[in-house]
Amino acid sequence: MGLGARQIEEAGIPTVVVGSARDIIEECGVPRFLFVDFPLGNPCGRPHDVAEQRLITGLALDVLEGAFQPRTTVQAPVVWDEADDDGWRRRFMHVGDDNRQALATAGAERRRLQAAQHTGGTT
Amino acid sequence: MTERRRTGRSHVSYIDKSREYYAAHGYEQPYAWAANDDAPFAPLPKPLAECKVGLITTAYFLPDGFVYRIPSDLPRTPHVAPRPEWPQLNTKHLSWAKDETHTDDPESFLPFARMDEWVAEGRIGSVSDRFYCLPTQFSHRKTTRRDAPQVIEWLREDDIDVALLVPL
Repeated sequence: MGLGARQIEEAGIPTVVVGSARDIIEECGVPRFLFVDFPLGNPCGRPHDVAEQRLITGLALDVLEGAFQPRTTVQAPVVWDEADDDGWRRRFMHVGDDNRQALATAGAERRRLQAAQHTGGTT
Repeated sequence: MTERRRTGRSHVSYIDKSREYYAAHGYEQPYAWAANDDAPFAPLPKPLAECKVGLITTAYFLPDGFVYRIPSDLPRTPHVAPRPEWPQLNTKHLSWAKDETHTDDPESFLPFARMDEWVAEGRIGSVSDRFYCLPTQFSHRKTTRRDAPQVIEWLREDDIDVALLVPL
């Protein structure tokens, strides 16, 4: 999406990215970025939380209007879970002794299916 | 919001996490993410209150009867669709935090109703009746040579002045 924003902007259409993967978007380098520090999936606000969605989309418009140079990042003043702010960060793509074997097995199975696909197999 | 103290950065590094996660799956070659020192910048062509906004998502449509097995099965192609079709968007096979949340409310990633409110309040001029799907691709080339030029063509057809891009 970052590459797309760059190209659309180059075509003369101002862009703002509203997203939760800060490092990916900032490494790519986009004109304007509203960072929403939430688990991936709801960058425009929690499902059915209209007030929060208004806050975030309103900020996105502010960034669109107010940024005066590229690579502008603004962080939305929202917190996913006051009581467990680090829990969701740890759980996403977790790798540990509790699941290392399962991940290796899943990877091997995926490669088997991919190889079958490339050789025209059906399994 | 409460004040906190930390001994490390708070935000997740998805570049680091995904590298470790896929290494644990046996993929030794890490994904090479796009990285740039500079970025383009186009000023607003007119006041925001007169601008037509286009909404762009990384979600996309799947053919009827599609059966998912592995990521390389997914037909990641750009789409343009009329707004009433947005609830049919596929988000199931995209990579987001399925243990923490859900995408049952499209407003959480493709905020048409919120944009309607901003139009009614005079904050923006209008919102496009169509939306644009720019899928996340493994290949940078597919994005830059095929998908983004296609989306730009649709944005121009619809006289879009500014674009709001929301990656899931």
